Amino acid sequence: MEFISQTWQWYVAGPLIALTMFLLIKMGKKFGMSSNLRTMCSIGGAGKRVDFFNFDWKKDIWNLYVVAGVIFGGYIALQFLSPKAPQINQDVVVKLQELGINSTNTTFLPTELFSLESMLSIKGFSILLIGGFLVGFGARYAGGCTSGHAISGLSNLQLPSLTAVIGFFIGGLVMIHLIFPLIF
Amino acid sequence: MKSFLSFFTIGIFLGILFIKSEVASWFRIYEMFQFKSFHMYGIIGSGIALGILAIKYLKYSKAKDFGGKEITIKPKEKGFTRYIVGGIFFGLGWALAGACPGPMYVLLGSGLASILVLILGALLGTFVYGLLRDKLPH
Repeated sequence: MEFISQTWQWYVAGPLIALTMFLLIKMGKKFGMSSNLRTMCSIGGAGKRVDFFNFDWKKDIWNLYVVAGVIFGGYIALQFLSPKAPQINQDVVVKLQELGINSTNTTFLPTELFSLESMLSIKGFSILLIGGFLVGFGARYAGGCTSGHAISGLSNLQLPSLTAVIGFFIGGLVMIHLIFPLIF
Repeated sequence: MKSFLSFFTIGIFLGILFIKSEVASWFRIYEMFQFKSFHMYGIIGSGIALGILAIKYLKYSKAKDFGGKEITIKPKEKGFTRYIVGGIFFGLGWALAGACPGPMYVLLGSGLASILVLILGALLGTFVYGLLRDKLPH
């Protein structure tokens, strides 16, 4: 039971992610967590107006089954498997304090960004919406996200995936080192 | 039904994994981009290392999938612009939201309404990409 209540270390989590990819390939599919967004747009009727969404989404319905499972798994883990507040490097805690984020080491997500109160402010709402927008837009533009490129693509030694992952890091570093000081 | 249950089960497993390994925590993503912890790099790195072995094994053994069909892993289309530019957009969002698509769904289990805004944003972003696709350099 101790294993369940503790944080899973990298050498447990990494191999389990590889195992997930392996199982999905053995099931005749692939590991990628962002194409379901396209599927949802298609189900919502976006295919009538935009060609990109005009495809046979029924063939991709399996990725929505995975999403349903992921949501349920998240619920189980967050409610019953005693998730701890991640314990972050002390230098990072100080850096976050300078940005006005003080909930570090006490919650799973910063309350300064994810609380209802923050969500209902213009700034808080914009951060969430724009953050989500960039993830969705960038994932389709690059043709994959962390799972599709960093894990699946690099495991298959794909040069385009390496390019995409370098892009992920350029974007992430620019956001945290250059843009965060401006918005927080 | 059998197909639903097998994919749903994989999803549950992945959801628990994203939470218990803290990959779905905004703090872990921030820490990663500050290069202050090995945690995220260890997860991604060991995932890739084993993934390479797994895919090599599948290819050389000419393994079949569970349905008995030959496994083909499609190579990514060649290119540069779409991968670097799209990647940068994605990275900006990954750092700002502190979550990539998998973790976004996982976090719905927290019951926080703010996660719905993230997912709404991601759907909008996907839709706008579809709208602009022919005008964007690829």
